[in-house]
Amino acid sequence: MAKVIVVTSGKGGVGKTTTTAALGAALAQTGQKVAVVDFDVGLRNLDLVLGAERRVVFDIVNVIQGVAKLSQALIRDKRLETLWLLPASQTRDKDSLTENGVASVIREMRGKFDWVICDSPAGIERGATLAMRYADAAVVVTNPEISSVRDSDRIIGMLDSKTEKAERGQRIEKSILITRFDPQRATRGEMLNIDDVINILSTPLLGIVPESEEVLHASNVGCPVTLNNPACAPARAYFDAAARLRGEDIPMNIPSDRKGLLDKLFGRRAA
Amino acid sequence: MSVFDRFKTRSSTAVVARERLQILLSHERVAGGQSDLIALLREEILLAVAKHVIIERDKIHVSMERGESVSSLEINIEIPHMPGMPMAAGF
Repeated sequence: MAKVIVVTSGKGGVGKTTTTAALGAALAQTGQKVAVVDFDVGLRNLDLVLGAERRVVFDIVNVIQGVAKLSQALIRDKRLETLWLLPASQTRDKDSLTENGVASVIREMRGKFDWVICDSPAGIERGATLAMRYADAAVVVTNPEISSVRDSDRIIGMLDSKTEKAERGQRIEKSILITRFDPQRATRGEMLNIDDVINILSTPLLGIVPESEEVLHASNVGCPVTLNNPACAPARAYFDAAARLRGEDIPMNIPSDRKGLLDKLFGRRAA
Repeated sequence: MSVFDRFKTRSSTAVVARERLQILLSHERVAGGQSDLIALLREEILLAVAKHVIIERDKIHVSMERGESVSSLEINIEIPHMPGMPMAAGF
């Protein structure tokens, strides 16, 4: 049975799709079967970040409407044979996602994969609520910036009230993934630091992904950063985060591509 | 890594990004104006086949590759051998 994870944030542009692709590829590299699902109907982009944009035939709306079987809509990654993509529809609107339809797709995927990672659209509308609806765990992607933290707080509230687990009185596991972090700017007091963000949101930390040009390179070429350059700092941060999702106890640090003194200065222990 | 190498890497991935976008958007802009040609072809081909044999939805594999000047649509249909069917007997 798969573990279903939603990657969400409220705010747009913080790195949900990058994170979904990077975590998906990191987990798939352990040999486990992973499906990443794009919930951004009308504005899909996960296909592009994974380099599968030319191979999309069917999408999640086709599966929900019975036009295609799940197995026909899933696109297998050309580099990682345990990674699959279920694309969103580009030509429909968000109302074509129905609660029952999403429930049955997720139910079917639970039986076929080890991990199902749902890439939520920005906002708090239908696409976002359905992406989180059936999740076992949530990764809340947050930039160290006030509007992103505020939106994450809102999303955490929704995770605790609008998900199926919450409605059954169970707890949905939540963790914060801080992306685009710049240790130097945080040290200079120009950026919220990690402890501020974690304290304000009172939610555990999954990882800290440093700001890096490697993320842009990876999306340019359509390859998850954890596959495109596994040794780079953001990739190492995502590998650590993926290991924590698997239940491993990994000391928290901020990977860096700079050598020497900075590593020591900004090394952190688990929060 | 020298300063020049860094520039080289950066510009080369940008070129890849531009080319990927150009191909993708040329298809999406066409699709926005009319119905999706690939989806239309797929449905009409399946209907034509279904006139002659009973096909199950999960016995069909469709894949495609959108290219700059050429796209390919590959439809793989498992056709069961049925007694008395001319095709099964003839081939």
